[in-house]
Amino acid sequence: METVRTRALTRRFGDLVALDQLNLAVEEGEIFGLVGPDGAGKTTTMRLLTGILEPSSGEAWVDGLHAVREAEAIKDRIGYMSQRFGLYPDLTVIENIDFYADLYEVPKAGRNERIERLLAFSNLTPFKRRLAGNLSGGMKQKLGLACALVHTPRVLFLDEPTNGVDPVSRRDFWRILYQLQQERVTIFVSTAYLDEAERCNRIGLLHRGRLMACDTVDGVKGLLQGALLEVRCDSPRRAAILLRATDLGGVALFGDRIHVLVPDIDQGRLSIEAVLRAEGIPCHGLQVIEPSLEDVFTSAIPAVTHV
Amino acid sequence: MSDFAVTLRDLERRFGAFVAVNRINLDVRRGEIFGFLGPNGAGKSTTIRMLCGLLEPSGGHGTVAGHDIRTQREAIKRCIGYMSQKFSLYDDLTVEENIDFYSGIYRIPKAKKAARKAWVLDMAHLQAHRHTRTGQLPGGWKQRLSLGCALLHEPQVLFLDEPTSGVDPLSRRAFWDLIYEMAGQGVTVFVTTHYMEEAEYCDRLALIYRGELVALGTPGEMKERLMTDQVLCVTCDRSHEAMGLAAAVEGVRDAALFGRDIHLMTEDAVALAPRLRRTLTEAGFEVGTVERITPSLEDVFVSLIEARDRADGAQKEFSA
Repeated sequence: METVRTRALTRRFGDLVALDQLNLAVEEGEIFGLVGPDGAGKTTTMRLLTGILEPSSGEAWVDGLHAVREAEAIKDRIGYMSQRFGLYPDLTVIENIDFYADLYEVPKAGRNERIERLLAFSNLTPFKRRLAGNLSGGMKQKLGLACALVHTPRVLFLDEPTNGVDPVSRRDFWRILYQLQQERVTIFVSTAYLDEAERCNRIGLLHRGRLMACDTVDGVKGLLQGALLEVRCDSPRRAAILLRATDLGGVALFGDRIHVLVPDIDQGRLSIEAVLRAEGIPCHGLQVIEPSLEDVFTSAIPAVTHV
Repeated sequence: MSDFAVTLRDLERRFGAFVAVNRINLDVRRGEIFGFLGPNGAGKSTTIRMLCGLLEPSGGHGTVAGHDIRTQREAIKRCIGYMSQKFSLYDDLTVEENIDFYSGIYRIPKAKKAARKAWVLDMAHLQAHRHTRTGQLPGGWKQRLSLGCALLHEPQVLFLDEPTSGVDPLSRRAFWDLIYEMAGQGVTVFVTTHYMEEAEYCDRLALIYRGELVALGTPGEMKERLMTDQVLCVTCDRSHEAMGLAAAVEGVRDAALFGRDIHLMTEDAVALAPRLRRTLTEAGFEVGTVERITPSLEDVFVSLIEARDRADGAQKEFSA
């Protein structure tokens, strides 16, 4: 079953087309990542799907409900965590959750059990009397999530949830998302970061309001044509400049390593070695590596963009 | 002039009883791109503030661009540049007006002003947009302008705080090409970030945790030598359910899902692989590949921090 579906969903602000004919389907229980830089249209999409903003044209359905005609009913079925987490710093952890429970009209009966369960789930039980303003970034994020889950939504929208959160907390946070997924909650998450996108089941790449690619992570990586070689050598900066001057393919410097995208592995290997040898640069290692999403986007997206 | 742009010896900063930075020793070469990583509250900002001359150390000493961080704080402020993820630009000023504004702040001499402005416009490829309002520029362009403004006074050391946050991958690539160019000209670059994508671009990385320096090396060394755990990547059906089972297999220290893959941390991947495959297969899972993979920087980072937590825990039990 599809939990989120859009048909030619478009939103204009004056002359600016923030979202241009988005067609998308997200299955129930899926973690779907909407990936793109600031200004790509991620937040606009979130706001259209959550019934906060009306489209200029096109349509969207969430959990079978129409995003415009049934916007009020949608709000009962979804949880939404904005980039600011929407917390009240002068309320305690438990008061924040209780406040959201009131907003969502969660029945008093069974409410305390639900709240206790959410606190345990997000490892916040020891901090329940602490003011939200005094929590660390990672804890605020988990509290934001607990608040968005208080009414047991079927679909969870997370707008750049891990902005400014360190890797350890981020990993914790994802652990919670995977647990939710097991309860068949559909998770729609936006991010500007490709390493985060790698954790999603499927991703859509949004660029200037347009969906450039939409597939599993492996499927998107399959867009990369050729093989990626990682070169370790002396003077990597000079070597990168030299390699770039040849017609080998995409050359990207990463600190002490150089990534070269070559159409053919053996031919590429020989050519790289020849260039380095001619300049007297000792080569310490040359191996085929699996591309990261970052590699894919920097080399495949320019081609896609110009189609 | 010294080969080192930053030297720290037993640098320490206490706030009351709390030790925010605990005897850090570090040498950063001129022209090096140095990444400074650590969870929130690890002591990164406190260290950076001491390096920028904004905060006095409680103990130890250090130099930045040859100036003492205790006694020559004003001199330091003149020879460093700072760029944050917020870019600190005025959206309602034009590109040129923003440059002029920062020229004033940095007190660039009149004779040099025009030349420096031309340099920034040229470096940031903004000549044709000098009269454009900054708020109308795409993120990647703003970022280049912000970098240009931070370099107006030709600093020897440049501090970048999550510099490419929210910028698309192509602009990020272009940005780092500029940074490599600056470093090639001898500018030392000090980067702080939570994002491993940015860390991968650095020449060398330091991981700081609970005020201490816990690891130091190139990104390659971090992945190959500094990580004691190995990473086993498992693909199989119903990976959520399989993960619970896999996590309980003897020798598995930690398990995490990555999309549909399961990553397992272990001391000995070779020994674990057959045992794991057997356990999962016997439980009815269809196991695809089980292979040792190069850890990501995030794997390394998390593993080092957890190892430190375990060591500290053991220490506490011992002393109790």
